[in-house]
Amino acid sequence: MTVTDVLVCALGAVSLGAAIRVVTTNQIVRAGLWLVVALGALAGVYLVLTAELLAWVQVLIYVGAVVVLMLFAVMLTRAPIGRSDDLDRPRLPAILVGGGAGLGLAAVLADAYRWSYIGLSGVEPGNAEALGREVFTGWALPFEVLSVLLLAALVGAIAISRPEVGERREES
Amino acid sequence: MDGYLGSYATLGILLLVAGAFFAVAYTANRLLRTNAPSAAKSTTYECGLDPAGGDWAQAQIRYYVYAFLYALFAVESVFLFPWATVFDALGMITVAEMGVFVAVLALGLLYAWRKGVLSWTTA
Amino acid sequence: MTPEYYLVLAAVLFTIGAVGVLIRRNAIVVFMCVELMLNAANLTLVTFARINGSLDGQIMAFFVMVVAAAEVVVGLAIIMSIFRSRRSASVDDANLLKY
Repeated sequence: MTVTDVLVCALGAVSLGAAIRVVTTNQIVRAGLWLVVALGALAGVYLVLTAELLAWVQVLIYVGAVVVLMLFAVMLTRAPIGRSDDLDRPRLPAILVGGGAGLGLAAVLADAYRWSYIGLSGVEPGNAEALGREVFTGWALPFEVLSVLLLAALVGAIAISRPEVGERREES
Repeated sequence: MDGYLGSYATLGILLLVAGAFFAVAYTANRLLRTNAPSAAKSTTYECGLDPAGGDWAQAQIRYYVYAFLYALFAVESVFLFPWATVFDALGMITVAEMGVFVAVLALGLLYAWRKGVLSWTTA
Repeated sequence: MTPEYYLVLAAVLFTIGAVGVLIRRNAIVVFMCVELMLNAANLTLVTFARINGSLDGQIMAFFVMVVAAAEVVVGLAIIMSIFRSRRSASVDDANLLKY
């Protein structure tokens, strides 16, 4: 095992443990905080994979914005802050379906490389400059489409979360 | 400490030192302080009155509007970082691309402002 | 590098997310599990980008993150709107389309 393999095993163990806590904890707020740990450890894995910009974007978007939004939603839906016992559905069918899917996925992915060592073809680290050059040349059209998607999300979220806004306009 | 992982090893060591400092400071505090807990000390302080009712209230939906506006514009700003490193080299076309991107999102901000969701009181 | 570590990590993470979506009742926790599954997919994209020596996979993962942020914004707004009419954030109560 090389240094990167040891690092990724350690970070992966942290990420998996936190993910299991997200699924099993009885307290909704703690599930959100465990999600921070899981996604943060994944950001570390991205760093090991030399995806620098992506790692920091993960911290900024997921840990900084998405989890904050989820905690806001917990507060807004008056979720119980303490333990709540009715969080789970029947477990057996879910574990059968999910476990089957996961085993199949792991088998397919493991079969693809069979634990072999792959020599790297000397790619440059995915820092801001390298990714910027790619995004603003080859990926310019998807980038512009993203702005329309974000606009649609903004308008849709306003329309859904503040229905009284539209009604008030029509009456006046 | 050179190479790609080496530069991040410096950061990792710094993080470890910071964590160790935190642990040592709190352990020293725990060892040195006196400990005399009582029921009155652990109640929530509410301007001298005894707290009544629960401590978990439902927040207003208005907070959510600000939260998701922040999230969407954080996503926009994330694209500004790679753009800032390359627009000098790639020329005006890149500036125009980013201009369109920001303009479309500014339309959304304009919509929010015109609909009045940005003002706190819905007068 | 040995890509299996990353790929198996992604597969197990995806499994945990999928099981979570199936067994949790609270819609917000279901959302968190969807995020776990999206992140597992991102991890495979970044791993394949590293193996192939190309940045395209990283850019795809970047775009997936942005789309996920938009999805969370709209999804949580829908959950809150359901909560307002049903006074509950449980996915079992949002069964209006069933009848």
